[in-house]
Amino acid sequence: MKRIISILLENEFGSLSRVVGLFSQRGYNIDTLTVAPTDDETLSRLTLTTLGDAQMAEQIVKQLHKLIDTIKVVDLTEGPYIERELMLVKIKAADNDTRIELKSCVEIFRGHIIDVTPATYTVQLAGDSEKLDAFLDAARAMGVMEVVRSGVSGISRGDKFIRSQ
Amino acid sequence: MENLSGGDALIRALRDVGVKHIWGYPGGAALHIYDAIYRQDDVIHLLVRHEQAAVHAADGFSRATGEVGTALVTSGPGATNALTGIATAYMDSIPLVVISGQVPSSKIGQDAFQETDMVGVSRPIVKHSFLVTKAEDIPATIAKAYYIASTGRPGPVVVDIPKDVTEPNYKVPYSFPEEVKMRSYQPSDRGHKGQIKRAVKALLAAKRPVIYAGGGVVIDNAAEYLTAMTKKLNYPITNTLMGLGAYPGSDRQFLGMLGMHGTFEANTAMHHADVIFAVGARFDDRVTNELEKFCPLATIIHLDIDPTSVSKNIVADIPIVGTCKSVLKDMLDLIGQSDVQIDQVALADWWQQIDEWRNKHGLYTQPRYEQSGGDLIKPQDVVKMLYEVTNGEAIVTSDVGQHQMFAAQYYLFDKPRQWINSGGLGTMGFGLPAAMGAKLAFPDTDVACVTGEGSIQMCIQELSACSQHNLPVKIINLNNAALGMVRQWQDMQYNSRYSQSVYEESLPDFVALAEAYGHVGMRITQFDQLEEKMRECFAMKDRVVFMDICIDRSEHVYPMHMPGGSMRDLWLSKTERT
Repeated sequence: MKRIISILLENEFGSLSRVVGLFSQRGYNIDTLTVAPTDDETLSRLTLTTLGDAQMAEQIVKQLHKLIDTIKVVDLTEGPYIERELMLVKIKAADNDTRIELKSCVEIFRGHIIDVTPATYTVQLAGDSEKLDAFLDAARAMGVMEVVRSGVSGISRGDKFIRSQ
Repeated sequence: MENLSGGDALIRALRDVGVKHIWGYPGGAALHIYDAIYRQDDVIHLLVRHEQAAVHAADGFSRATGEVGTALVTSGPGATNALTGIATAYMDSIPLVVISGQVPSSKIGQDAFQETDMVGVSRPIVKHSFLVTKAEDIPATIAKAYYIASTGRPGPVVVDIPKDVTEPNYKVPYSFPEEVKMRSYQPSDRGHKGQIKRAVKALLAAKRPVIYAGGGVVIDNAAEYLTAMTKKLNYPITNTLMGLGAYPGSDRQFLGMLGMHGTFEANTAMHHADVIFAVGARFDDRVTNELEKFCPLATIIHLDIDPTSVSKNIVADIPIVGTCKSVLKDMLDLIGQSDVQIDQVALADWWQQIDEWRNKHGLYTQPRYEQSGGDLIKPQDVVKMLYEVTNGEAIVTSDVGQHQMFAAQYYLFDKPRQWINSGGLGTMGFGLPAAMGAKLAFPDTDVACVTGEGSIQMCIQELSACSQHNLPVKIINLNNAALGMVRQWQDMQYNSRYSQSVYEESLPDFVALAEAYGHVGMRITQFDQLEEKMRECFAMKDRVVFMDICIDRSEHVYPMHMPGGSMRDLWLSKTERT
C-alpha cells in the first residue's frame, strides 16, 4: 500500500541526508520526496511516499522518529488527507489537430499551457498522483517529450495540523 | 566571561561535561586541539597506536563504568580508522563522543589533504553527528553531544571540527550551558502505566515463564531490579551475550546464555515457554534462529527503551517503551501490591522440567568435551581456570570468535559490566584496547583479555600503549593457530575445506613479542602448567602478561543452533544433536 509520510525536521546541516540515508540503510524504498523550509525557517517539512504494509510503515515511522533532528512524523495515510503533486510536461504540438486536441485535454484535466513554441506545448498540471498519471496516459499518443514531477506534498484533512509545538 | 580559542574552549567544555580521559591520536587537522590539551591538566590524553584502538579503549572504559567514553582523532585517515570503533559502539548502544579534526572550512569539498566527509561516512553508524562551523558553538555542541550519547538508547556521537574553528588566535567568550534542551529530542523514560499493568498480569499468570534479559539492563544499571524481580518470582532467567552479568551467572535460577551458542536448557526453555519477558534485549538473529519457528507458544512481553527495537523482528504482544530501571521498578511495586497468586504447582513442574534438561545436556552438568591433560589443553578448561584464579571477579574483555563464546559460556559473570565484548558488530581487535579502557577505570581490578591468535593481531600494537600508560592487563591468548570459528563453520558447512583460516608457520613468537614491548610473555603447552602459570600471571599486578596458551586445535563451540531451525534445534557436539 502507498504510504504518505510527513516529517517536520530541524533545518540543520545533514538532517535531510539522515532521512534519505535511513531509507537506503534499512532497505525501504522512497517513491517521492519533497522538502522545503516552512514558515518557520528553522524547520523543514518533508513529504515522502513509500510502499509497505502496516508493520513496515510502523517501523519506518519509528525509525524516522528516532533520528535526532525529527520533531514530528505522521503517516498521513492513516487518516483522511489531501495530496497534491505538480507536473510540468513538454509535448509535441506541431500540427493544428494535435494543438486543438491537447488544449481540450488540458482543459479536461484543469491544467494550464504555460509555454508555447511552434513545435511544442508545455503543460502545467496539479493534482493527486493518479490524476497526473491519467493525463500522461492520455497525452502519450501525442508525443510526450519531457516529464517533470515534483513528488507528492500532503496535508491531513480537517482540523488536525502538524507544528513543532 | 573568559575569552578562549576554539581549541581551548573544546577542552574546557570536555572538562565541564565531566570528561577526565581522552583516548586519541594527533594529526594535522587536530593540532590546535592537541596544543590546547598540552596547556592544561584537567583532561588527560592517552595516546594509542591506531585510531580504532582509541575508540575501542573509550568504549571499554564506558562499558566498565557506565560513563561516556571520549576519543579524539584527526581528519581523513584518522577519522576513517575510527569508524570500526564507532560502528562497534553503535551496535552495542555504548555512549561515546568521538571528536574528529576536519580540514579548514574553506577547504571542505576541495579534496584537500587528509579530507574525508566524516559526518557523511559515519552517518549510518552514529546516533547523531555534528559539524561545528564556528568557535562560538563549541560548548553548546559538546553539551548536546554528551547529552545525546548518554540518554535514551545510548550510542556514539561524532563531533567534526574544522581546523579554523579551533584556531588559537581567534578567541570568543566561553560559557558552558547549564542544561540541554532540544525540541526534537526528548527521550522517553517511564513506561506506559496500562502496559506495565498488562505485563505484570501476564507475567503472574504464566505457567512456563522465562525472563530473557539483554544488554539494555547492563547499560541502564538496572541489574539490581532485574535480580530482585527474578528472585521474588522464582522464575528462570537467561541472558544474551550482551546481558551476561545482568543476573548473577552462578545463581540457580540462571539458565546460562541463550542463542546460537547458548545452553541447551536456556534455548529449550525459551522454545517451550508460555510467557517470555524480554528486558533490554532486541531479538537479534543470533538469539532467535529462524524467526518463523521462534517460541511458538509464547506471549511476548517486550521492554525496551528504543521503540524501533520493539516488534522489529518478533511482534510483541505487550510492548513497553521505557528505561529498564524505571519500568522494572514499577513492575516490582505492582507485583508487591498484587494479590494474584502465581500457580506454584505449574512453576514447580516447570522447574523440574528445566532441571531435567539441565541434567541431561547442561553445559555445566554434562561436559561435552574431552578432559584436558598432557599437551591437550581444552579452551573451556582455560576459561574455567581463569574463573578460579580470578575468583570470578575479573573484568573480562574478549575479541571475536570461539574464544569469545567459551568465555561467555564458562566464566560465570555475577556482576554487570564485568563482561565486555563486541556483541553486535563482532569486531576482532576489540579485546585489548577495551581491556585498556577498563583497566584505566579500575586499576585495582584484574582485567583479562580473552582472545585468540587471530583477533589479538588486529590491535596488537596497543601492547605499546599499555606500557606508556601503565595499564597492566592480562592477555589470555587461546592459540589454536587458526581462525577457530571460521574453521568450525568450514568443518560444518564446507566439508573441512580450510580456505584462508590457518596460519601454518607464520605466527609470531608471542612470548618474544610481548617481551619486545617490555612485557612478560608465557607460553603454555602442557595442561599441568596452566594453573601455576596463570596464578603467576595474575600475581604480577603491575605487569602486562601475555599468556600464549596452545589449545586443542580441533575444538568446536557447542551447543550451536542448526541453521533454519527453532531455538531448541541444536548441535550438542560434533556428533550429537537434539
